[in-house]
Amino acid sequence: MWHNLATLLRYRGLIQSLVARELKARYRGSVLGFFWSFVNPLLLLSIYSFVFAVIMPPADPKAETNPFAVFMFCGLLPWTWFASSILEGSNALISGGNLIKKVLFPAEILPIVTVLANMVHFLLGLLILAGFMVARQHYPDWNELWWFPVIIVVQLVFTLALALIFSALTVLFRDLKDLLANLLTFWFFATPIIYSYKLDQVAHFRRYFNFNPFFHLAVSYQEVLFFPGAFGHKWWLMALGGGSIVLFVAGYWLFDRLRDSFAEAV
Amino acid sequence: MATPAISLTNVTKLYKRYGGRQFATLKSALLSGDLVKKLRPEETFQALKNVSFDVAKGQTMGVIGRNGSGKSTALKLIAGITKPTSGVVAVKGRISALIELGAGFHPEISGRENVFINGIMLGMTKREIQQRFDEIVEFAELTEFIDAPVKTYSSGMYMRLGFAVAIHVDPDVLLVDEVLAVGDEGFTHKCLDKFGEFKRRNKTILLVTHSLGLVERFCDEAVWLDHGDKRGQGDPTRVVGAYMTDVERQEEQLLAAGDAKAKVDAGESTVSAKPTGPVDAGEIAADMSRATEGRWGSGGVEITQVTLQNDHGETTHIFHTGEPVTVKLNVRASKPVKDFVFGVAIFNAEGVCVYGTNTDIEDHQSDTLDGAAEISLVIDALDLVEGTYKLDVAAHKLDGAPYDYHRLLYTFRMKSRVKDVGIYRPKHSWKFDGGVKFRLKT
Repeated sequence: MWHNLATLLRYRGLIQSLVARELKARYRGSVLGFFWSFVNPLLLLSIYSFVFAVIMPPADPKAETNPFAVFMFCGLLPWTWFASSILEGSNALISGGNLIKKVLFPAEILPIVTVLANMVHFLLGLLILAGFMVARQHYPDWNELWWFPVIIVVQLVFTLALALIFSALTVLFRDLKDLLANLLTFWFFATPIIYSYKLDQVAHFRRYFNFNPFFHLAVSYQEVLFFPGAFGHKWWLMALGGGSIVLFVAGYWLFDRLRDSFAEAV
Repeated sequence: MATPAISLTNVTKLYKRYGGRQFATLKSALLSGDLVKKLRPEETFQALKNVSFDVAKGQTMGVIGRNGSGKSTALKLIAGITKPTSGVVAVKGRISALIELGAGFHPEISGRENVFINGIMLGMTKREIQQRFDEIVEFAELTEFIDAPVKTYSSGMYMRLGFAVAIHVDPDVLLVDEVLAVGDEGFTHKCLDKFGEFKRRNKTILLVTHSLGLVERFCDEAVWLDHGDKRGQGDPTRVVGAYMTDVERQEEQLLAAGDAKAKVDAGESTVSAKPTGPVDAGEIAADMSRATEGRWGSGGVEITQVTLQNDHGETTHIFHTGEPVTVKLNVRASKPVKDFVFGVAIFNAEGVCVYGTNTDIEDHQSDTLDGAAEISLVIDALDLVEGTYKLDVAAHKLDGAPYDYHRLLYTFRMKSRVKDVGIYRPKHSWKFDGGVKFRLKT
């Protein structure tokens, strides 16, 4: 297993080219091309802004979550990265089945590429977020901003771990893909993204929220990017980081164990 | 023998049969890292059974066998794409497997980008690809289209590019699975030249193919797999010969079974059940052009058995071009008859009558036939090109009214090493004079 992890490093060139290919191929032939990477989150953001600022304006205009669009986007962007990675990643081995069956190369590259390609979309989406922050004159706390890359790394490890696990299991249980789509919807609403974790109702169920790994990621992003003041959630984030590493190792072990079945089962 | 570049030792590969207990697979995979051990025997399929063979460095090995004999499984095991259930597969050096060409191509991006990504997947570094890029594109004959997306390529272009990338990996061990059929003649020759170059550079090649001629011409050694067993290994000509004999034996069984079935089908309408009395000769002639199998006639004379024999007097359905063939009819007349003709006609697969004759045309005036008799048409040399042929045999009156007519009920197959065309192969040879010279084809 450790040996396989080491050979993975040798394949970083391939991972790099595959991520580039994934991004290029996705918008090849469309008129706006790569610009869609910006347009997609921009449209999403406009819709949510309209719904939550015009149709359902917050009762208290002085609420902490103002400007609401910026607040929501701080959680929504990472969530989109996470959710699409898991969903596409679970299907990565099956859609890349031709490769696994005909070419000798480490299969884990496929889910990893999916996660990384979605990460690039996430990073591009950050530019939109930055634009909105400037437009709404709402800036993050500069002293705390160095935590931001740390949160990204934690989310990357966590997402990779889940992508490996689900991609391997989906090969043997195709039902997982549909199960996941539903699970992710539930998970989205169980995470304070379109509502604030500072609400009393959330605080009331805080014990349960703590079990949700993405709760800690979302809260971390919001604390660092949106809410003023110190980053109080950092210990939870560190714990999640540690847990993610363990989960990644476990996920990789699982993947490694099932590896030989891929060429036959996809 | 030099150190083996590829070595298979007691290799067995089990596949899970589709369907059934999926949880058992997952459980055993997780617990023991093994997919099939925990499965019951009837849930698995043995693709390779305890197969061992070595390929020495610099040798070219041909792997032959029928469909489903385990050839591709062996190749995948050697390539490392799948793992053996038991046994050891050892390979020395860098492998390039031409299993499916262009497997990693992404249709939306250009040929150029695909060459790079495919090359990296096959184990080349970016610099190596840059160095060989022009060579690859030139080999694939795609200079003009290399910047077009791969989805716009014809299947030939796609395969050529895939082949060009794989062959330029510069492996120590090259695995080839029936990919030479991808291009036109010219490209196939180019591929063979490339393989020849590999051989000269002392690289090891493993070639899985149905092209037996290629194995004989090109390989130093051949392995014959049959239903997962190794049936033979050694000199290509000998192994190919043994394999072909076996294929013929199986075909023979198949044809014999087919004959028996045709006879049973025709026999359901027994001869005597058919309307008796004179039949219009013109109607018979019209019937001849319709290639429907069957049996009819008044039954005064019955053809009880038809056999094809080779020069050793053995009954068979497979003949080689130029071999003597005897068509033997066992006939029986229930009452003595004076008016009878026996005829035989050979039809090819397109329904063209290749040859037809009868006793009357060839000046055998009928006299008497009583009880059982044996009629043989002895052909000294059946000079037909390769293919499947069917026989008409008949006993009829001089005016054409049939006693017993067997229409296309008997099948035999001609085999030929020469792939000439047409329906008839006259005895011939080539002579050359003057400023013309030939070399023996290798």
